[in-house]
Amino acid sequence: MSGLEGLYQQIILDHSKARHGDGPLEHAAAEHHEYNPTCGDELTMRIRLDESGERIEELAWQGDGCSISMASASALVDLMAGRTVTEASERIDAFRAMLRSQGAGEPDEELLEDAIAFHGVSKYVMRVKCAMLSWVALEACLAEARAPRA
Amino acid sequence: MSSDTLGARRVADLRLDFPVFRDAGEHAPAYLDSAATSQRPARVLDAEREYLEHHLAPVHRGASAAVGRSTTLFEDARATVARFVGAGERELVWAENATDALNIVALGMADASAGLGGAEASRFALHPGDELVVTEAEHHANLIPWQRLAARTGAVLRPVRVDERGLWGPAELAAVLSPRTRVVAFAEVSNVTGFLAPVAELVALVRERSPEALVVLDACQSVPHRPTDLAASGVDFAAFSGHKMLGPNGIGGLYGRAELLDALPPARTGGSTITRVTLEHAEFLPAPHRFEAGTQPVSQVVALAEAARYLDELGMAEVARHESALAARMVEAVAALPGVRLIGPPPGEERAGLVSVVVDDVHAHDVGQYLDEAGVVVRVGHHCAQPLHRALGVTATTRASAHVYTTEDEVDRFIDALGGVRRFFGVAGAGEQTGVVA
Repeated sequence: MSGLEGLYQQIILDHSKARHGDGPLEHAAAEHHEYNPTCGDELTMRIRLDESGERIEELAWQGDGCSISMASASALVDLMAGRTVTEASERIDAFRAMLRSQGAGEPDEELLEDAIAFHGVSKYVMRVKCAMLSWVALEACLAEARAPRA
Repeated sequence: MSSDTLGARRVADLRLDFPVFRDAGEHAPAYLDSAATSQRPARVLDAEREYLEHHLAPVHRGASAAVGRSTTLFEDARATVARFVGAGERELVWAENATDALNIVALGMADASAGLGGAEASRFALHPGDELVVTEAEHHANLIPWQRLAARTGAVLRPVRVDERGLWGPAELAAVLSPRTRVVAFAEVSNVTGFLAPVAELVALVRERSPEALVVLDACQSVPHRPTDLAASGVDFAAFSGHKMLGPNGIGGLYGRAELLDALPPARTGGSTITRVTLEHAEFLPAPHRFEAGTQPVSQVVALAEAARYLDELGMAEVARHESALAARMVEAVAALPGVRLIGPPPGEERAGLVSVVVDDVHAHDVGQYLDEAGVVVRVGHHCAQPLHRALGVTATTRASAHVYTTEDEVDRFIDALGGVRRFFGVAGAGEQTGVVA
């Protein structure tokens, strides 16, 4: 079952159990809830920026879903903690491009680090949304945290 | 009794009628998602093509011989399908599918509540405080139209609760029936649990407790799999879909007792539905044509009739027996798998030919992915029944469903693969027996 092992790489199975960043976050600057109605997966992402408002000081999530969505959120936390908003956005864009590749090309390991393990997901059209869930939620958090306050 | 024969035919031979199985040969994936969409035999596809190549013309309009032939084919098909489900010809309205059919009833009642349809439609009019009864197990198609009808009219939705297996029965229904109940809507076969509702007993209960209630049956998981006699069942309305009964997408049926259909306002209006039209006013034909606005999907109708003939030749009692035997085989095997929880009736109890399970500590989408890779096609998700899944305490289940062409071998491949899921995802306990997947 080599196809399946390309999808569920060991690092993904490990992350799905480790669930880095799973939990609440005090004094969040932004919070965003994502829901996938086809499978019921849901996730709330929360972030706190540092005083400059340019750097992610901490991020955490709570949710329930398949191993791909949970592992992706865990890998996201490892990659994003301490990043500037610009760096984070750049990585979200790269991750999205990788998942839209349908298995083509080589992912940018320097940019995405362990998250390149999700390259295999791009061949499974029905699972791309699972992997994107937390990344889309973070993207919305960043937009909210940086929006000018009324 | 063997489930590898169906009447006089071996299932292995019958499969050759279906191009998808015939052409894939022995390497065909086990297709266990027929409760979502069934495969079609070549003669159903041929019937549609034959109509399109040689008989395509409008129906019920104009005066040409071609229109006459097309209209005859269209109405003959109605007679065939009506006979198949035990309806009179005037009691079968073409709809897009079961969802559409249920909406025709709910929206017609909304129109009647708004005063449309005159005195004869007043029997459908709802008033604030009237009650609509649905079960917690319903497919969204038999829930949301009633939610909307309640919101439009001030009626109140009264749910029939399910137990920890997702089951309900006459006692649970009796608990919510009242003299103010105006609609009782339920599925004859649950698309998640495989529960078979005792329709005759339930109808009798409704007549006794709630004489003003209409009984609306979602028959889309029963018509394709079991002998059906809607007139004898005593229900007021029933809905079914063509694509689940070896027929085309985009065509289904609404059954209604003739006197009801003739009085229900048509919520969708337009050409072909009318008698006299002035600039200010329109009068409508009797059923079924009052509901069939605009150009109809005639080739699909013709093909659906061919699907009904095909099933009729197999014999629906034999189809039901075949699928029950497959369900029993699945249920017994699933019950023996560690870490796998069976939804619906327990082993030994009657159920339809579908089985839903929860694999402990593995999300249904991951289960489905693993099975897909093992060449077993199932459905994962909430199966358009979120309230039922919420009642069961899960977000999603994995469902395997059978049809006339399903073999024991396919069922066994499903069970073998299912047995390997927990080991693959690293959640199998020590010493847990697991299936072997090649």
